[in-house]
Amino acid sequence: MAQDWTHYLQQGFYDELVGPDGPRPAARPLMERLVGLGADALRERQRAAELEIKTLGITFTVYSDGNAIDRAWPMDIIPRVIPAAEWRRTEAGLKQRVHALNLFINDIYGPQRIIRDKRFPAELIASSKNFRAQCRDFTPPLGVWAHICGSDMVRDGDGTLYVLEDNLRVPSGVSYMMMNRQVMKHVFPELFENQVILPVDDYPSQLFDMLAAMSPRPADYPCVVVLTPGIYNSAYFEHAYLAQQMGVELVVGPDLFVSDDDCVYMRTIQGPERVDVVYRRIDDDFLDPEAFRPDSALGVPGLLRAWRKGNVALVNAPGAGVADDKVVYTYVPDFIKYYLGEDPILPNVPTWRCEDPQSLKHVLAHLKDLVVKPANESGGYGMLVGPKSSREECERFATLIQRDPRNYIAQPTLALSTVPTLTDHVPEPRHVDLRPFILSGSDIQVTTGGLTRVAMVKGSLVVNSSQGGGSKDTWVVETNESDSPS
Amino acid sequence: MLSRMAENMYWFARYLERAENTARLVTVSTNLILDLPRVVTPDWEPLIDITSGRDAFVERYGEMSEHRVVQFLLADRENPSSLISCLTKARENLRTTRDIVPAEAWGQINRLHLIAQEQMGDALSRRGRHEFLQTIIGQCQMIVGLLDGVMSRDEAFEFMRLGRNLERADMTTRILDVRSGDLLAEMPADLKAYGRVQWMSVLKSLTAYQMYRRLVRSRVSGVDVVRFLLQEERFPRALQACLKTLEVCLSGLPRNETPLRAVAQLRRMVQRADIPALAHEAGTLHVYMDELQLKLAGCHDAIAATYFGAELAPNAGMAAGVTTPVPSSSQAQTQRAG
Repeated sequence: MAQDWTHYLQQGFYDELVGPDGPRPAARPLMERLVGLGADALRERQRAAELEIKTLGITFTVYSDGNAIDRAWPMDIIPRVIPAAEWRRTEAGLKQRVHALNLFINDIYGPQRIIRDKRFPAELIASSKNFRAQCRDFTPPLGVWAHICGSDMVRDGDGTLYVLEDNLRVPSGVSYMMMNRQVMKHVFPELFENQVILPVDDYPSQLFDMLAAMSPRPADYPCVVVLTPGIYNSAYFEHAYLAQQMGVELVVGPDLFVSDDDCVYMRTIQGPERVDVVYRRIDDDFLDPEAFRPDSALGVPGLLRAWRKGNVALVNAPGAGVADDKVVYTYVPDFIKYYLGEDPILPNVPTWRCEDPQSLKHVLAHLKDLVVKPANESGGYGMLVGPKSSREECERFATLIQRDPRNYIAQPTLALSTVPTLTDHVPEPRHVDLRPFILSGSDIQVTTGGLTRVAMVKGSLVVNSSQGGGSKDTWVVETNESDSPS
Repeated sequence: MLSRMAENMYWFARYLERAENTARLVTVSTNLILDLPRVVTPDWEPLIDITSGRDAFVERYGEMSEHRVVQFLLADRENPSSLISCLTKARENLRTTRDIVPAEAWGQINRLHLIAQEQMGDALSRRGRHEFLQTIIGQCQMIVGLLDGVMSRDEAFEFMRLGRNLERADMTTRILDVRSGDLLAEMPADLKAYGRVQWMSVLKSLTAYQMYRRLVRSRVSGVDVVRFLLQEERFPRALQACLKTLEVCLSGLPRNETPLRAVAQLRRMVQRADIPALAHEAGTLHVYMDELQLKLAGCHDAIAATYFGAELAPNAGMAAGVTTPVPSSSQAQTQRAG
């Protein structure tokens, strides 16, 4: 029996696949196929996908899960579809944004021109958790600090695509983007045969080329490693996957050491081998006990010293997180104007800075309607979703904010767009976001689409993988018709 | 190849081999007890001695009984050499090397670990024990066979073989030491007839009985058993065969001078052993076996120092970490006391 989609209601939200007059042009072949398949057949394919994910050992650890470090990665088989025309614009906007962000970081650790020109308050740097004084007066190769950026994007009810935040420290998720695609090709081969879905599997080679280009010894075949905190890290699967795909060693802190010559070596059975580029997936704080937290056993003593001597490239550079701050985020459109002299292609979500007394007043008065986020957390930890919270939670947050206004921002609760998602019965709308990944080296490259995260619980707006969110494959599809929503 | 990876492969193989040997040891002892006359009290002590667990056992369990000894050797997680501890550690060592071994091996070790956990209860009674241990031994061999069948002969493979053969050599000397030591001690005349049964059980502990009969073609005698288990290069669990394999593995590795020298020295010592003297008197045998075990530990040390990067560690004095991500490193692994 064919799947009945007549009851698929958008409930007032913007749906990525279904418009007011039926399927959106780019999603039409997909929707036709989905409608043609019965509900049972769809669930059958979902089961096949889940089995494959288990067999491939695709995992994401949720820390609250106790000792289940092998939790299978959750993926819904109905993909999100983006028309290629819309994507090209988004891609240009992301490149512009990350370019400006790198110029900002380089400026902050260098001459601080933007502060002298009074376009950015110095106090924000002084109070930033992720500013690293140890990185002052240093320019990494090509002036790039945030080599890999994962920007989170959301679409509001009116169809506008916003940048919600930029993750410039150790953003994760790109391997899941690739695995989702691999699984989908097995589950829905017929859909890939009949339309042009742009491929995503080029990422590891682009990543490797970018990393290799950072080598302090460009003449030789550079020795690149991926530095992981280890098997108990939530994204260990990704670390191992990327290392494998690039054909480089996956190392933990104790595998590396910095010698008297201020160069980094790894311990191999052949003896010490010089390392040129470290793609580190360890937070700044734990990177080098000599320079940062002295109690860290994850890092490598002397790593920062070797980096400042120019003997090793660290990707992302330590201190890049200074622009990851959610208060700094509110200035990104200004950075684009200041450093590039351009108008931002992609808008920010309207944001109140609680440090501003006027805004603080507004935020406290409207907590029930706002989303409040701490400036320096990631993974959806420590935030308040006003409309979904009890009065006690709101009051608790009011106290937190008043105690440390600099550390909080507030945004309107967006009516996040939805994508049909398989539930026990029929496909229902679930809220999604999108995390594209942007690589910056000698040029800037953006993944085709990115990782779509989905809040599996009805009505929920929390999509973070560390909070139990699911994921979807993301298709950038070439169409003849224009289907740009804005 | 990263030193840590080499170390993990080495210990993975050692723990897997140790698990299999422990399972076999308990099987054979259980069978032997059924053969002995009632007047001989079944003696479980040697098993504890073979695994160097006496102090830990006495402290926690007190008097020896079949049930307690089996519990200690198979199910006790606090005993670092118990079957369950070995399987857990084999699995943890493989976990961080998942990208260099075939995925099926990881699946198999998970299954094996699960079987051991879920069916351990069966092993504590004599009735279910045989089947349980046969399953464990079979699964261990399946993993070894799987890896042998599909893994490239690269450095990872050689470190695995090093670990397996060093552990095997270690177990052979332990069994010879403890079991034959008992046999050579004074035995009441009326029990002499059972001596042969016990020598046979020594062979069976090492799955050596059938191969012994084929190669030695004489009645089972103490001298022949000791010679066979020490010097027979054709039998893979005999000490000399294990050492020969170590030599072959090391020849394919870089910077092999020190560990090769240690192995070669040990090989000469085994070749020159005065077998009749050893088989004649328990004291002589015991001293000799002690010496062999020290030398084996020396081979391990030479391998660890050369390849596992111990001599490079500048972190030795570093404060304990906030979190320790990697469980391995040579100190955490248990080389058994001699």
